[in-house]
Amino acid sequence: MATEFEELGAVPSFTVTLFVRRFNPEDGQEARWQDFDVEVHGTDRVLDALHKIKWEMDGSLTFRRSCAHGVCGSDAMRINGRNRLACKTLVKDLDITQPIYVEPIKGLAVEKDLVVDMNPFYQAYRDIKPFLIASDKPEKERLQSAAQHSKFEDTTKCILCAACTTSCPVFWTDGQYFGPAAIVNAHRFIFDSRDEAAEVRIDILNDKEGVWRCRTTFNCTEACPRGIEVTKAIAEVKQAILRGKP
Amino acid sequence: MSNATPKVHHYEYDVVIVGAGGAGMRAAIEAGPHAKTAVISKLFPTRSHTGAAQGGMAAALANVEEDSWEWHTFDTVKGGDYLVDQDAAEILAKESVQAVIDLENMGLPFNRTPDGKIDQRRFGGHTRDHGKAPVRRSCYAADRTGHMILQTLYQNCVKLGIEFYNEFYVLDLIMTKVDGVERPSAVVAYELATGELHVFQGKSIIFATGGFGKIFKTTSNAHTLTGDGVGIIYRKGLPLEDMEFYQFHPTGLAGLGILLSEAARGEGGILRNSSGERFMERYAPTIKDLAPRDMVARAMANEVREGRGAGPNKDYVLLDLTHLPPEVIDEKLPDITEFARTYLGVEPYTEPVPVFPTAHYAMGGIPTNVQAEVLRDNKTVVPGLYAAGECACVSVHGANRLGTNSLLDINVFGKRAGIAAVEYAKTAKHVPVPANAADEVVSMIEKVRNSKGTEKVAVLRKELQDTMDKNAQVYRTEESLNEALDKIAELRERYENISVQDKGQRFNTDLLEAIELGFLLDLAEVLAFTSRERRESRGGHFREDFETRDDKKFMVHSMAYLTDKKPKKPGDNIKLDWKPVTITNYQPMERKY
Repeated sequence: MATEFEELGAVPSFTVTLFVRRFNPEDGQEARWQDFDVEVHGTDRVLDALHKIKWEMDGSLTFRRSCAHGVCGSDAMRINGRNRLACKTLVKDLDITQPIYVEPIKGLAVEKDLVVDMNPFYQAYRDIKPFLIASDKPEKERLQSAAQHSKFEDTTKCILCAACTTSCPVFWTDGQYFGPAAIVNAHRFIFDSRDEAAEVRIDILNDKEGVWRCRTTFNCTEACPRGIEVTKAIAEVKQAILRGKP
Repeated sequence: MSNATPKVHHYEYDVVIVGAGGAGMRAAIEAGPHAKTAVISKLFPTRSHTGAAQGGMAAALANVEEDSWEWHTFDTVKGGDYLVDQDAAEILAKESVQAVIDLENMGLPFNRTPDGKIDQRRFGGHTRDHGKAPVRRSCYAADRTGHMILQTLYQNCVKLGIEFYNEFYVLDLIMTKVDGVERPSAVVAYELATGELHVFQGKSIIFATGGFGKIFKTTSNAHTLTGDGVGIIYRKGLPLEDMEFYQFHPTGLAGLGILLSEAARGEGGILRNSSGERFMERYAPTIKDLAPRDMVARAMANEVREGRGAGPNKDYVLLDLTHLPPEVIDEKLPDITEFARTYLGVEPYTEPVPVFPTAHYAMGGIPTNVQAEVLRDNKTVVPGLYAAGECACVSVHGANRLGTNSLLDINVFGKRAGIAAVEYAKTAKHVPVPANAADEVVSMIEKVRNSKGTEKVAVLRKELQDTMDKNAQVYRTEESLNEALDKIAELRERYENISVQDKGQRFNTDLLEAIELGFLLDLAEVLAFTSRERRESRGGHFREDFETRDDKKFMVHSMAYLTDKKPKKPGDNIKLDWKPVTITNYQPMERKY
């Protein structure tokens, strides 16, 4: 029983180079790469490496973070060209013989270093009416079978980190596109047996900036840190539109 | 300094809510439709730490087996080692059923029973008929119940068009004397994006700012849980209640502190020591691994210190799920098993998971009555000021909170705070805000920004967290607590000499971490001080030099006040008082499980 844990305790410390994309509108300089050599421990995440830079080398390095274990959705960033949560990416799982490149997620305006303006992303989410719409006034819980629940359970996992939306080539070229995260959250209600406004959301997503812009590149599914089958959810919304109902 | 003075904006609301976690948003849902309401949060609402809660929300729905709110009340009182105010616990348990129904009606996707009702599962300390056997009382959505509560509450805030000010750090509460009584008139917030200040005047002000786990090194808490709200109240000379009672959750991932829900044991997981022994059988023969958290955490720490820990350094125990069918793990515990895989590379289907207690939850905080009104002493209410959730102390958790009672607390008392705040705002007038309301915050910020000191925030914070883990954790003594107090006094002095590298206005998180450290130091000091003064063991507070509960002397809540006194020795600046516990039906008994 103990052998695995001996290995766990034995993960050594090592040094990696991080290239971090820097930008500060207050210093008048263009965006640029800056490199840092960081000593990390075997269980350290990219977030820990960024904290080491901020706390020991350069306090001005700026990024969002909170829970540090992949549930709050604050620290989506582009790590070695792929959207991930910095707190869910272990440094040792990357190719540490090469520098690690860390930059802000794409398609949203950079505010400072790794911080982007999330407002357009949140607005798209709010536009699809992300709340249960039901006319009944039950005195107890509404009943829902496990089978009904399973139709939308996957999309309830979304943490609004924007990893999917900002990995989408369509979103990069057309900022008006609702993007995968908004569609995922529409899916969560369209397929909820208790909801009565599927048609309203279907109408919203049948727009020219809606679900039909999806080119099924699966970037979003690969980017999702919660393992949501995003592309599948988008396809199910497309089918619902064609049927005119969930 | 004058040319650096930030721009100050002013707003007028009926109800101002500080914090957008579960309690804050539950309050907003009550207040928003009836009063002009603003919610101010240091994070975008769905980033709040309510979202990290996993296992469930207690309510005696009796959907799967017989249960009653009275049993739930008893369990809460006993779980809290009789320091619970029993009138408050009754309200918590009675209103739990409606609180769950409210959430379901708002859209929360609970797991369901075969007949479509909300499913329920076992959790530590929740029992049938006063301790006879574990009962299925926890309503849940897989192991992401907090995530679903946070999302559902935010969704309903969007539906209601609630006004949010996100990434605004509230750093001060303005109290104004009216007819000889100090009343809250506004809060002052620092806007992360711009560095500008915002004064929010409100007739009613609700604090729902969460906990302060970052005073410890090993914690399940988010980086942002620095106790700003609790610290602000304390700096105003208002009391903090029961700060010595801090919960260490038994199952944090070893070395990391990331939470693995008690639901793992509720679904049948077993704790084992290095020889594979199910050691909880020795500590709690009836309910074993489902004993309350304080007992399990202490048992784990004891196994380690007596040399029965697992791993190369024998410094953790093992959470064994390998006997559970993989499909049960996937359906009921998907997130936490993924944490074990991601962060420790352990496969819970086949390998036990290394775990150790992690600083998790403050039972104490801002004292309130059951209407969520903040108290200025043992009895007197501060009119117009409310607190709810982890930052508050009602006290429904007493000396040790039961698992699933915190998600319940934020819903029951968040709702009550919202209702009470609206009622008050209907008849109250705005209390005048002085013209220089933001001055205090301006000087706090500019002092840090302009300092050329040599001390670094990260160094001080680490030293604070190290001393708290070493001296004020599961086991405490007079000596260890004095060591913590001495260290904190030293850190306070050095804090006067900190500087930050980022001098800018925009997204200056370097500066804010320095301000947050100030709150952490204050709260760590109160915690260590009240822990020293409570010379008994009760619930989450265990003194090796006073190993038993002493109901004669300490069947009382501590009330700690910050004074202006210059301390000669650490803690001298804190005035300590005691407040009686409200007892209705349950006389203190020995706590056995």
